[in-house]
Amino acid sequence: MTSLPKRPPEKALGLVIDLDTCVGCQACVVNCKEWNTGGYPAPLSDLDPYGANPAGAWLNRVHAFEVEPEEGQPQVVHFPKSCLHCADAACVTVCPTGASYKRESDGIVLVDEDRCMGCGLCAWACPYGAREMDPVVGVMKKCTLCVDRIYNEAIPEEERQPACVRTCPASARHFGDLADPDSEVSRLVAERGGRDLMPELGYHPTNKYLPPRPRREGCQSAAPKALEPASPEGGFLGWLDRVLGG
Amino acid sequence: MHPAPSVIAFTALSGAGYGLLFLLSLGYLLQLPWSADAWAFGIGLAVALGFITVGLLASTRHLRRPERAWRAVTQWRSSWLSREGVFALATFPPAAGLLLTGPLLGMQGWLPLLCALLSVIGAAATVLATAMIYASLKPIRQWHHPKVPPLYLLLALASGAPLLSCLLAFEPEAAPLAFVAAGLLLVAWVMKQSYWRDIDRSAPLATLASATGLQRKGDVTLLEPPHTQDNYLTEEMGYRVARKHSGKLRLLALGFALAALVCLVFAGLSGGGWTQLFFSLPAALLALVAVGIERWLFFAEATHTVSLYYGKAA
Repeated sequence: MTSLPKRPPEKALGLVIDLDTCVGCQACVVNCKEWNTGGYPAPLSDLDPYGANPAGAWLNRVHAFEVEPEEGQPQVVHFPKSCLHCADAACVTVCPTGASYKRESDGIVLVDEDRCMGCGLCAWACPYGAREMDPVVGVMKKCTLCVDRIYNEAIPEEERQPACVRTCPASARHFGDLADPDSEVSRLVAERGGRDLMPELGYHPTNKYLPPRPRREGCQSAAPKALEPASPEGGFLGWLDRVLGG
Repeated sequence: MHPAPSVIAFTALSGAGYGLLFLLSLGYLLQLPWSADAWAFGIGLAVALGFITVGLLASTRHLRRPERAWRAVTQWRSSWLSREGVFALATFPPAAGLLLTGPLLGMQGWLPLLCALLSVIGAAATVLATAMIYASLKPIRQWHHPKVPPLYLLLALASGAPLLSCLLAFEPEAAPLAFVAAGLLLVAWVMKQSYWRDIDRSAPLATLASATGLQRKGDVTLLEPPHTQDNYLTEEMGYRVARKHSGKLRLLALGFALAALVCLVFAGLSGGGWTQLFFSLPAALLALVAVGIERWLFFAEATHTVSLYYGKAA
């Protein structure tokens, strides 16, 4: 049933993404694709993957933005984006076939691919662009929060995290229960001022983004320092300058 | 948004069909003169059902897995697309019942009246549900607009009414119908014009700064997109080809609608017969082409908040 759970789910599993430490290496993008093309939403197809015009379904993508403050230096922000597992997930309620659903137990939003007719309405309803149509299978694909890893007792306990979190070399991605105020992820959000994306649309996303920390005092100036004078008076450098024809 | 031909054909053709069905059934219910000629009435119902069926079949071309389309009637509690499917299917039996009992068998009494009543409700409900599919989508400000549902209803009537004027050309008492059709066209397209003015002025729903949660940090611009080729999101939601011609296309649609309106006025003045048919037929075609262009623009001009992440306005 594509109605949302009547009561708020007991748990709200999701990601906290640290925009301060993400270096834009794309490892999470690749590991997400690698795991999920063999996992729950398999296959996660591509068209012409080794050709001139490759295209395909990916569940996690990393954008890069430039932020220019009124004062101080501009900054590059690498911005990973995957499904935010919203509390008010319109992608679920618009689904006409019952393929999309939000789990009562942990709030994860999933697609039952055997029911999806590939109409694409859920992708229109998602303000974040978290859903992509599989070009070969013709059903909607989305982040499953690696539901086939996080509860998987066949793999070692430290592996029971989403693939993107597990692989991140900068520890910019954190996984946990955002409904529990004492969880590690909730504390991170509280300490660092974690934010919702597009809160004005009212989807109440579960995933939170930690904004970049302020730059250190020493590098506030945007203007580059003047170069050292090239012909200091006397000394070895002065001699070298004269010899080289300065 | 990508203007898929299947969806444009579906909404334009089935809209005209439901508009025609609505007017015919209402005419029967209220015993208006345009239901007096059993032949014209029967052919009208058949034409309406033909338009609706072709439209619905076109809509299945939009599905990647059309063999699962039957599942779309199950989620009517939450989904407008599902409701549309339910209403569309539920309208067939009474419409077919009206065709059978009324003109073909010449039955009187409660059964054809009940069929007519259910057809009126079903036709209106289906078009309203189609409109609500779009009007309920918050990330697209041009669709999430209060004028979208009344416009879908009015344009359905305004493309169905000229068809009715063709069918009843030889029914002298029904001649004023051409004026009714002209009036519907006028109201629908005046409203469309005011809708276009609204969406040109409305503010974006969100900014790249709010979409990235970086509001307090400064001006945010796209430095590098996450992929080198187009993907589903940029093709489906980031459509912008020929959007630059929207001004001319709006004028073209208005021009076609105006031409249809003028034809209908002449049809009404003719007082029935071949002259009414001569003017109503091009009016019906022009009204439908105008809706086709309008529907294309409805998609092509719509912007989605996902475009923000690709450095475009929404």
